Amino acid sequence: MTAGSVQGRTPAIELAGVTKIYRRYGGRHFATLKSALLQRSILRDLRPNETFSALQDVSFTVAAGSTFGVIGRNGSGKSTALKLVAGITKPTSGVVSVQGRISALIELGAGFHPEISGRENVFINGIMLGLTKREIQRRFDEIVEFAELTEFIDAPVKTYSSGMYMRLGFAVAIHVDPDVLLVDEVLAVGDEGFTHKCLDKFAEFKRRGKTILLVTHSLGLVERFCDDAIWLDGGRKRAQGDPKRVVGAYVTDVERQEELFLASSDAKAAESATAHPEPPVGPVHVGETMDDMFRVGEGRWGSGGIEIADVAFLNDQGEATHVFHSGEPLTLRLRVRASQPVQDFVFGVGIFNAEGVCVYGTNTDIEEYTGDTLTGDAEAQLVIGALDLVEGTYKMDVAVHKRDGAPYDYHRLLHTFRVKSRLKDVGIYRPRHEWRFSGGVKFKART
Amino acid sequence: MWRNLGKLFRYRGLIQSLVARELKARYRGSVLGFFWSFVNPLLLLTVYSFVFIYVLPRVKPAPVPGAPVVDLEPYALFMFCGILPWSWFSTALSEATGSLISGGNLIKKVLFPAEILPIVTVLSNMVHFLLGLTIVGAFLVYYRRVPDPTDLLWFPVVVLTQLVFTVGLGLILSALTVHFRDIRDILANVLTFWFFATPIIYYIGDAPGAEKGWTKHVLDANPMTHVIVSYQEILFFRGPIGHWRWLLITGAGSVGLFLIGYWVFDRLRDSFAEVV
Repeated sequence: MTAGSVQGRTPAIELAGVTKIYRRYGGRHFATLKSALLQRSILRDLRPNETFSALQDVSFTVAAGSTFGVIGRNGSGKSTALKLVAGITKPTSGVVSVQGRISALIELGAGFHPEISGRENVFINGIMLGLTKREIQRRFDEIVEFAELTEFIDAPVKTYSSGMYMRLGFAVAIHVDPDVLLVDEVLAVGDEGFTHKCLDKFAEFKRRGKTILLVTHSLGLVERFCDDAIWLDGGRKRAQGDPKRVVGAYVTDVERQEELFLASSDAKAAESATAHPEPPVGPVHVGETMDDMFRVGEGRWGSGGIEIADVAFLNDQGEATHVFHSGEPLTLRLRVRASQPVQDFVFGVGIFNAEGVCVYGTNTDIEEYTGDTLTGDAEAQLVIGALDLVEGTYKMDVAVHKRDGAPYDYHRLLHTFRVKSRLKDVGIYRPRHEWRFSGGVKFKART
Repeated sequence: MWRNLGKLFRYRGLIQSLVARELKARYRGSVLGFFWSFVNPLLLLTVYSFVFIYVLPRVKPAPVPGAPVVDLEPYALFMFCGILPWSWFSTALSEATGSLISGGNLIKKVLFPAEILPIVTVLSNMVHFLLGLTIVGAFLVYYRRVPDPTDLLWFPVVVLTQLVFTVGLGLILSALTVHFRDIRDILANVLTFWFFATPIIYYIGDAPGAEKGWTKHVLDANPMTHVIVSYQEILFFRGPIGHWRWLLITGAGSVGLFLIGYWVFDRLRDSFAEVV
């Protein structure tokens, strides 16, 4: 058994060429014995006939005493990997070996019985997790204190709030004193204070040379906390190594995927708008358009004298993209085509956030450009030197219209881009800023 | 399979506390609490006594010359000796059948030997049965029918036979119910038939064609017949137990059934966490 003394080299967890194929039985939800007997398929129904591989040939080792992070999208096989390590399911092929006592924080309080008291549940849960009665007796006070449930421990568990329930489950699981701790996204169990306590407990585990396998979507936690990380994607290992590097690779990939998604949804929106063009509107009253600005959904309309043929968001390299980082430059490029020379024309744009709030709107008329002529193919660019927006998805209106507002071609909320930010600041506008301090203010260094 | 069976033994502490929890949880929050263990069978007894003593009294068969006359008085006590173990059997079996599905959370999220779930349900119902026996004891004292002490030595054998039989059947049914959900509904109906195919509310010798003929074969082929008749002979009838050969055969068969049940369960074990 790997005690704290044998740190470093020896692997605590080892997965070698592990494949897990989940079987779906007969493509049905649940079979009935009646139908099985009628169709003489009882043995066939017990055999799986549809498969889905959750993990494919995944190998990794976790050194004893290290903290190992597993990241990846939903459905990438993270939880499957954890269940295999915990021994709840068996690999279809390959070998999983674990040294030492395991405690899995997968579902907290999974064995709690609602009718009986917290005290009795602690004992039964502890026994389920492999403790003896005496061991629980010894740790009981500590468990209850950790869960902050001293007052309520003799009340039936059904009267607990979900937070209390989770805290008690967490407290029992963590006091099993495992050599290997498996954690599946359970840090969101309590209030801020409790989360801190959990993190402290993990840190204590780490100091004592215990092994931790952490499955989480909290990338910051992986960067801060883990010695090693693996990125699973579609059941395969995409990257393994230094947590910062792995997280970086993962984030880049997520952004690329978002870009693809936005590009395709943009294309679809534009397509559906052109497929059902609104009948060319005649003279439009300014008041109506103004009203529309705040009401109508996405769409495209206009008289068609000038057509917006192409809309693109360009980054500082001049490449078309849909994902920007806060503070980066963004160039909006409009390609337009006039069927006949036009004298009265205005280019306009509006940026809306996900709640539909207009973050910013302007047009060439407001900014005192007076149109002279527009003939044939033309291009207009709005260069935004620094996109000072908070993180989120934004939609854009682009339009070419007359000075009185009557549109030639109006694209309503058809173009989407996403702003990513390392900081999770909020609001609709992000002024350029910095903090300055003087006098007796001091800050701790952040790692 | 043998290794898993050995592991099961190490989990006896867990089984023990789960049975205790099951019993505590069942009566927590009810007014009569633990007394339900006594009230339930008493109520059942009252209903059956009313029906079979006042509404449908037993027709005494014409005395056959040479054959001993069987005295079934007090009839309520006679029935009670069969109804009590039967309700252990039928309740435990129907609860065990659904136990893997209702305990799905444990199987999916905790490393936990799944067979504990059906075993715990059978055991906790056994505790009810044993508590209910005190009522039988009270009746026996009231009617001054103290059973023969040598007969009583057979009592643990009957209980053990029934336990092994119920657990074996419970293992098979619970494992199959994970895949075939309608087994629970089918079982409820089968149990009704089974109840009447077992000499509980009638004397085995009263069944038409009980001496020879198809009724005899049906009754003999029913393991519960031998279990129930053994209870009746030990607790109700005077004189030495005449059914012990059948009881031992049933006991051996039950051990066989348990091994088959455990084998089936073990074979399907890996599918539980994925299907439940």
